[in-house]
Amino acid sequence: MTDSTILADRLRARFGSQVQNCTERLGEVTIEIAPVDLLAVAKALRDSEDFAFEQLVDLCGVDYLGYGQSEWETSERATGTGYSRGVEGEGPGRFDWDGRPREVDVPRRFAAVLHLLSLRHNWRLRVRVFCPDAGLPVVPSVTSIWIGAGWFEREAFDLFGIVFDGHPDLRRILTDYGFVGHAFRKDFPLIGNVEVRYDPEQRRVVYEPVSIAPRVLVPRVVRHDARYDQAAAESADHWRQN
Amino acid sequence: MEEIRNYTMNFGPQHPAAHGVLRLVLEMDGEVVVRADPHIGLLHRGTEKLAESKPFNQSVGYMDRLDYVSMMCSEHAYVRAVEKLLGIEAPVRAQYIRTMFDEITRILNHLMWIGSNALDLGAMAVFLYAFREREELMDCYEAVSGARMHATYYRPGGVYRDLPAQMPQYRASPWHKGADLARLNQWRQGSMLDFLDAFTADFPRKVDEYEELLTGNRIWKQRTVGIGVVSPEQAHAWGMTGPMLRGSGIAWDLRKKQPYAAYADVDFDIPVGTNGDCYDRYLVRVAEMRQSNRIIRQCVEWLRRNPGPVILDDHKVIPPHREEMKEDMEALIHHFKLFTEGYAVPAGECYSAVEAPKGEFGVYMISDGANKPFRVKLRAPGFAHLSSMDEIVRGHMLADVVAMIGTYDVVFGEIDR
Repeated sequence: MTDSTILADRLRARFGSQVQNCTERLGEVTIEIAPVDLLAVAKALRDSEDFAFEQLVDLCGVDYLGYGQSEWETSERATGTGYSRGVEGEGPGRFDWDGRPREVDVPRRFAAVLHLLSLRHNWRLRVRVFCPDAGLPVVPSVTSIWIGAGWFEREAFDLFGIVFDGHPDLRRILTDYGFVGHAFRKDFPLIGNVEVRYDPEQRRVVYEPVSIAPRVLVPRVVRHDARYDQAAAESADHWRQN
Repeated sequence: MEEIRNYTMNFGPQHPAAHGVLRLVLEMDGEVVVRADPHIGLLHRGTEKLAESKPFNQSVGYMDRLDYVSMMCSEHAYVRAVEKLLGIEAPVRAQYIRTMFDEITRILNHLMWIGSNALDLGAMAVFLYAFREREELMDCYEAVSGARMHATYYRPGGVYRDLPAQMPQYRASPWHKGADLARLNQWRQGSMLDFLDAFTADFPRKVDEYEELLTGNRIWKQRTVGIGVVSPEQAHAWGMTGPMLRGSGIAWDLRKKQPYAAYADVDFDIPVGTNGDCYDRYLVRVAEMRQSNRIIRQCVEWLRRNPGPVILDDHKVIPPHREEMKEDMEALIHHFKLFTEGYAVPAGECYSAVEAPKGEFGVYMISDGANKPFRVKLRAPGFAHLSSMDEIVRGHMLADVVAMIGTYDVVFGEIDR
């Protein structure tokens, strides 16, 4: 019995239905928790002897918009004249600020993902919390449990617009002062929004719309490799299909 | 009576002791720090989003540019994440080469750290000494990859090519000639492994020199002993890793606890501090250099005895050799597919972490089955460390803030990503 199985069994036994989905893959355990349960579960994970997750190693936002979408259809469409060369899609590299997609209010779009580490048991655990509302994603802050979560939550707020309820100081952290938008969202253009330069005439730094055009060198394509079918089947019971 | 108000001052972003582009807003009560608010992100390049827009292999080079004083360690975390999702493992010789270069990188990083930290605190000489050895080690980077810093040497499935049979030598020039040239080339007569053998035999003596300059130095001790004390509880709560954690007396090292590459097969110790102050962290890092030296020697010896492949022979992931492409249709097709489209990685997610010189560097990667990662999150150790700034420096003097920034070993390439 591997460590990850022991951990997964303990999690199921301890938290029951609070853990919505507990998977083990590649030797890593992932649990999914509703935002309302997060604080209680996190506190138990830190304080209970069975888990002892003293450290929050990482906390990040994830935007699942466009997950699994290919920009280039390769399957079934093959004809006597070859594959379709039509490239379609709305990857972040294909639009600018004005052309960004607007119909993006899909369910289960934003998630906060926590990586915990127990030094005592030498365990790692991944906790995923989906935000119920993609329009205003809110997740409770875990700063009261791991104080080091503060900056990680600020980063997820800055880059994904996830609001951490109860955070003492939720400001932007990585992007510029006065930045508009959330840069790592999938509907934020890869080329960005504004660029800065020093204007010698006005003798100050000026902001202007970006001058580069969006372009994609390699289209995003999902290949179905027979060798990976097995692996895909194993992951079929995971969060996206639920 | 006149009312006395606290004074707010800006430290950086162009301050030489800010190690790059840190803007620190300090609220001062006289010389004492009441509140510190680091403003970061001045070097934010959106590496994670860029990685999401490119095939897997093309982002290896970005990893060098994160922590630009410990380049190959960040590469290591990235390629290990891709390998984990693909379900492949690098050949054992590649694992040893990676172990060796991770340790070379650790020495490179700690030399940079010891030099610049001493410089910040007023000791000029150490900087010059440390850069002398950095030069030799960067030559090793150059010998295997052609680049002195941004190597892109590790690849998913192994390393790009085997170690060179001949260590490049200095050529005669107006600056290097005669006896000076002979001295510079003295170690470079044989292979790269011979060079490393000579270097590692000599390096402990060089570490003694740094220690001679600092360990018993009264000024150095006055500036570091009892400054920036991090208790073990604080270290846990703030998510500290690496020397920051070990300096507080916690013997936690991923190379021992969750071994990767060839670390399970080499012999080394984990140095730990007792007081958790800047001085202890200095001692930990110096001891780590000695341990890294030991590991390199073991790897050199193993690599001498065990020739073999350094990258997998799976052309679905690793490009075929150029000679093969001249003859073999399949090889040409594989090459074309790999360089126009890349390889698709099975859907899934993983977190891979390595013990980088600064602490735990992790890559959280989500793949949806495409030729590009769906999400890459880079967990930089310095980010977690710097977030504790406010709590640690509160109540210290302004000059101690500089000592603290030095002991965090901050590099903005990785913090801002």
